[in-house]
Amino acid sequence: MAEYAIELAGINKSFGPVKANRDINLQIKQGTIHGIIGENGAGKSTLMSILYGFYQADSGEISINGKNTKINSSNDAIALGIGMVHQHFMLVENFTVLENIILGAEDSQLLSGSISKARSELIRLEKEYELNVDPDAIIEELPVGIQQRVEILKALYRGAEILILDEPTGVLTPSEADHLFRILEQLKAQGKTIVLITHKLREIMAVTDEVSVMRQGTIVATRETAQTSVEELAELMVGRRVLLRVEKGEPNPGEIKLSVQNLTVRDSRGIDMVKNVSLDVRAGEIVGIAGVAGNGQSQLIEAIAGIRAAKEGRVLLDGEPIDVTGQADPAMLRKRGLAHVPEDRHHMGLVLAFEESENSILGYHDNEQYLSGPMLNIEAIRDDAREKIEKYDIRPANCRLKTANFSGGNQQKIVLAREMETDPAVLIVGQPTRGVDVGAIEFIHKRIIEMRDAGKAVLLVSVELDEIRSLADRIIVMFDGNVVGECGPEATEGELGLLMAGVTNDKMAAAE
Amino acid sequence: MDTFNTIILVFDSTVRLSVPLLLACLAGLYSERSGVFDIGLEGKMLAGAFAGAAAASVYGSAWIGLGAAVLISIALSLVHGFASITHRGNQIVSGVAINFIAAGSTIILGQAWFKQGGRTPALASDGSRFESITLPFADALSDVPIIGQIYSELLSGHSILVYVAFLAVPLTWWILFRTRFGLRLRAVGENPGAVDTAGISVVWLRYRAVIFCGFLCGLAGAYLSVAQNAGFVKDMTAGKGFIALAALIFAKWRPINAMYACLLFGFLDALAIRFSGIKIPGLFEIPPQFMQALPYILTVILLAGFIGKAIPPKAGGQPYVKER
Repeated sequence: MAEYAIELAGINKSFGPVKANRDINLQIKQGTIHGIIGENGAGKSTLMSILYGFYQADSGEISINGKNTKINSSNDAIALGIGMVHQHFMLVENFTVLENIILGAEDSQLLSGSISKARSELIRLEKEYELNVDPDAIIEELPVGIQQRVEILKALYRGAEILILDEPTGVLTPSEADHLFRILEQLKAQGKTIVLITHKLREIMAVTDEVSVMRQGTIVATRETAQTSVEELAELMVGRRVLLRVEKGEPNPGEIKLSVQNLTVRDSRGIDMVKNVSLDVRAGEIVGIAGVAGNGQSQLIEAIAGIRAAKEGRVLLDGEPIDVTGQADPAMLRKRGLAHVPEDRHHMGLVLAFEESENSILGYHDNEQYLSGPMLNIEAIRDDAREKIEKYDIRPANCRLKTANFSGGNQQKIVLAREMETDPAVLIVGQPTRGVDVGAIEFIHKRIIEMRDAGKAVLLVSVELDEIRSLADRIIVMFDGNVVGECGPEATEGELGLLMAGVTNDKMAAAE
Repeated sequence: MDTFNTIILVFDSTVRLSVPLLLACLAGLYSERSGVFDIGLEGKMLAGAFAGAAAASVYGSAWIGLGAAVLISIALSLVHGFASITHRGNQIVSGVAINFIAAGSTIILGQAWFKQGGRTPALASDGSRFESITLPFADALSDVPIIGQIYSELLSGHSILVYVAFLAVPLTWWILFRTRFGLRLRAVGENPGAVDTAGISVVWLRYRAVIFCGFLCGLAGAYLSVAQNAGFVKDMTAGKGFIALAALIFAKWRPINAMYACLLFGFLDALAIRFSGIKIPGLFEIPPQFMQALPYILTVILLAGFIGKAIPPKAGGQPYVKER
């Protein structure tokens, strides 16, 4: 057997003027877990898509198991034993597990034979690896962690010997992620080769044997994981030294600025997503809400920000009640000193087709300073935008550029600049660093702490546990719409992980 | 006995009237299940009806008429496919364009070729029209009360296309849920990415779906002009393509439900014809316009919420672009 499962030599790929991959050379050993790490836009996904036959390289050589090959389509890749678990699952949501697994791998024109064969094969695979899935369950009714297992099973069913996983842990709880890593170890023990693409340094250190770092379309280094450190990898990724630990002083909490009392929020399907939640945020402190995505955090901050009407409950802003069950709207709250950085900047934070300067005042366009009579004062708006660009180091520094042309990190800085520069009393921040590269994360974290130190009340929602733990002064954990616990920043990941899975102290006590 | 006869007659015309709806509805089902919305069912049916009647009258054969109807309808489907699958255009715009092309060109060509004000010559009963088929023993059984009457009146005595339409229902169900093609067709309408990454061509799959769609629309058109009527009249589809679309939503994109939905709309049509202008003793006369409007009113009411949530195929209407 050849020493290398995958060998890439001189791979180049351009999209128009953008060079996504430049002269990539990469060797991945048989039977190892190989990590590929890099910031968003470093070209990791493009490279893997070339390997999976989604795109064709402009030039370069690919060898699989020592044999030089051309991969012109996903079919070729599957035939070569390459399987891929995509970041956004490629599953048909209203199909059963079995139907998804046989899709494209059916034996004959009729389904019945394929289904029964897949069923017995699935039972075998489940026994061999720790991959329990109900074959007749409908995908959309399964939690994401299980959906991911279906993706892995899909690849194994097609006889994959090389498994590529693209950002597999983005949607998982810490314990689900640990389970995934155990599965990967088991696959490795069976001789499979695994390529793990991620931007999370911790994962790389936890499971990989070797790691390659990508930056701006090239591979800048390959290291044995045991011989490297988080600090070195971060520096290689960004190209300069980065501060991974957030430095902050002791909080100096003042009076209660935001008080949420018995808030219940019902979503459009008629399900209570937030159930009787109460919390306080004081001036000069950061309160972090941790939890797996989809446990009511989004609905909670949307209700506080006036975007979604709550069913019951009270919210006090600076001691004054706001009518969150009816009249509250974002414009009114903004005027009363509540700024909101929404979780999803593309859908709620920005109009991507607008110029940067327009987005940098969106929502505040009624303010005197941006108006001249009934018209917008374009010059004042652009001057204001240029100031923010300077202060927040937004690149490229061009306020006339279409917002869609900025990178994720810079788009996020546009939103932050807009909300922070209005000097709010209360700042609500949702997923501040989702899809943001390491360099910008550092900057954003610093700004949030500066807001705290300036005496603002900050409510932070994030699915990144590390982020919550390093920023928040108090951590509130939500599960299934309820607040299941509160702890200090010294809480361990294990404790928080249990709370996030809905295991409360009482339940633990009862179990013992 | 008289009431029973009336009921049989209404049901009989229900069957006849629901056939074009059913064929068009199944046509739309194939297309929309693959993720290609098709608002051009109406246009394809109309073009098919014209081509069918024209060819049948020129060549004196119903079968040649049927072939012409199917061919022209598939050709229009391919235009829709070319615009919306290959070139990722807007599926609604493309469908509307096909409706306009069909409505205009059938009249112009009809006038140019046959000089009868957009009509085609009336088809005689000499093989240039699909005649009704009398099922075995229908005459013998017609005197047997109830069962015999149902058999000889309701089941027997329709043209071949009626039987084809109703057989297409279980066939479509079987294709959709029991074959590889059906699995992939349903998958591509929900998540084309899943199909693409499984190594299957999204484009070719969707083209096959619109070809199926064109084929069935052609049958529907031919039924209108070569079987139900004896020739083409301008605008003879009269919105049936849109009713079929409504039935498709009503049926939640399922073939068996589609048959029930189309039978319901056919039944309302049959009632409208049978009872228009009838007097309710001592009260008033039901205006014929009301009866004619009834199917449309019902469509609005049903679609406005009586059927629960109809969830269309998730990728419907969206051209597939590989993500960067």
